[in-house]
Amino acid sequence: MIEAIISGANGLIAGFANLHWSNPVMMAIGCLLLYLGIKKDFEPLLLVPIGFGCIIVNIPLAGLMEKEGFLRTIYDAGIITELFPLLIFIGIGAMTDFTPVLENPYTFLLGAAGQCGIFLTLLLALALGFKYNEAVTIGIIGACDGPTVIYVASQYAQNLLGPCTVAAYSYMSLVPVLQPPIMRILTTKKERETIMKTHKRTVSKTTKLLFPIVITIVGGLIAPKGLPLLATIMLGNLMKESGAVARLTKASENEIANIVTLLLGISIGATMDGKVFAQPTTIIILALGLVAICLDTVCGVLFGKFLYLITGGKVNPLIGAAGISAFPMSARVVQKEGQKYNKKNYLLMHAMGANAGGQVGSVMAAAVMLSVLKGMGVI
Amino acid sequence: MMDRWTFGLTMLIVGMGGTLLTLILLSLIMTVLKKIFPYRPDEEKKD
Repeated sequence: MIEAIISGANGLIAGFANLHWSNPVMMAIGCLLLYLGIKKDFEPLLLVPIGFGCIIVNIPLAGLMEKEGFLRTIYDAGIITELFPLLIFIGIGAMTDFTPVLENPYTFLLGAAGQCGIFLTLLLALALGFKYNEAVTIGIIGACDGPTVIYVASQYAQNLLGPCTVAAYSYMSLVPVLQPPIMRILTTKKERETIMKTHKRTVSKTTKLLFPIVITIVGGLIAPKGLPLLATIMLGNLMKESGAVARLTKASENEIANIVTLLLGISIGATMDGKVFAQPTTIIILALGLVAICLDTVCGVLFGKFLYLITGGKVNPLIGAAGISAFPMSARVVQKEGQKYNKKNYLLMHAMGANAGGQVGSVMAAAVMLSVLKGMGVI
Repeated sequence: MMDRWTFGLTMLIVGMGGTLLTLILLSLIMTVLKKIFPYRPDEEKKD
């Protein structure tokens, strides 16, 4: 009888007995993510489920990520199959208005410049000894685009999925803090004060409808390995612009996006098991992610300065900083920064063009990267 | 198997170059499409 009671009581303390030192550390990190999401409003839709997933996966013996554990089932169904990031992309496409980039197609180029950080960080990761597939995944953090990072990591470096995703979403939410100092360092006061003329241009509905179709066909032919990324975002946009499938558009940007975001977040949190996550490599990845996003901003602003020079001072170089995928946060940062130096400066629409260009640019960069890797026989 | 630097520099040149060229091409196509299908206020009114 007493033995049975002791055995039963042992069952209640087994969780404590099996606690690895890294588990409480990760639970604290999970709480930090919850704090950032709930109190600081940093990407709460993602950080709250990620933080909670991180806490529960670090409770020993629950077996949530073991075979047939509920988190493993969600993870296998949505992350391993790449389904979750692609479904999110349909929602992003349905929510994004690409009119600003269509009004000024040259802003596509700012979207390209804003992707330099991806490739420069890839070089840095290689120099630090990461394997090819790992270096590619770390570089993709520079796309500043969570679903793209998850898509690439789930295919080529599942061991880095957790740290890369946390880095991508955390730094995306830190764009208003990270970008302004870089913008100030790289530009002169005169450049920041540049007023850009607002041309009242409009884009026909036919052009808006053709945009997603053209991007899918041309982009897909150039970079077929990235077609799932391109096609899903453009399908969402086509549904939005056509207006013919309002129910599907609404479902994509609301119900589907919400459900998938929840499942995606908790699955990413589930990859943050202390024994795997609490490694020096994670710190290096977080640092490289920061470098990637800073380099994107540097290259974007430098390209903006180049446009300023060749147009004889008609382009405010600050809009180059919006050539990243953090839409529309980055454009708002540019508008705010521009108005600080000239109250009459309204850069928002130009910056939105660069930002929408950055959205396409980040997907295109990932697609091109995957196709180049395929061409080189690495994947 | 190529060495790390060959791989990295190839990715930088072909990857970044490819991204830039693709986006230049897309921006040219969109400029042409805008010229072929210009905005007409009556078109929007019909919708």
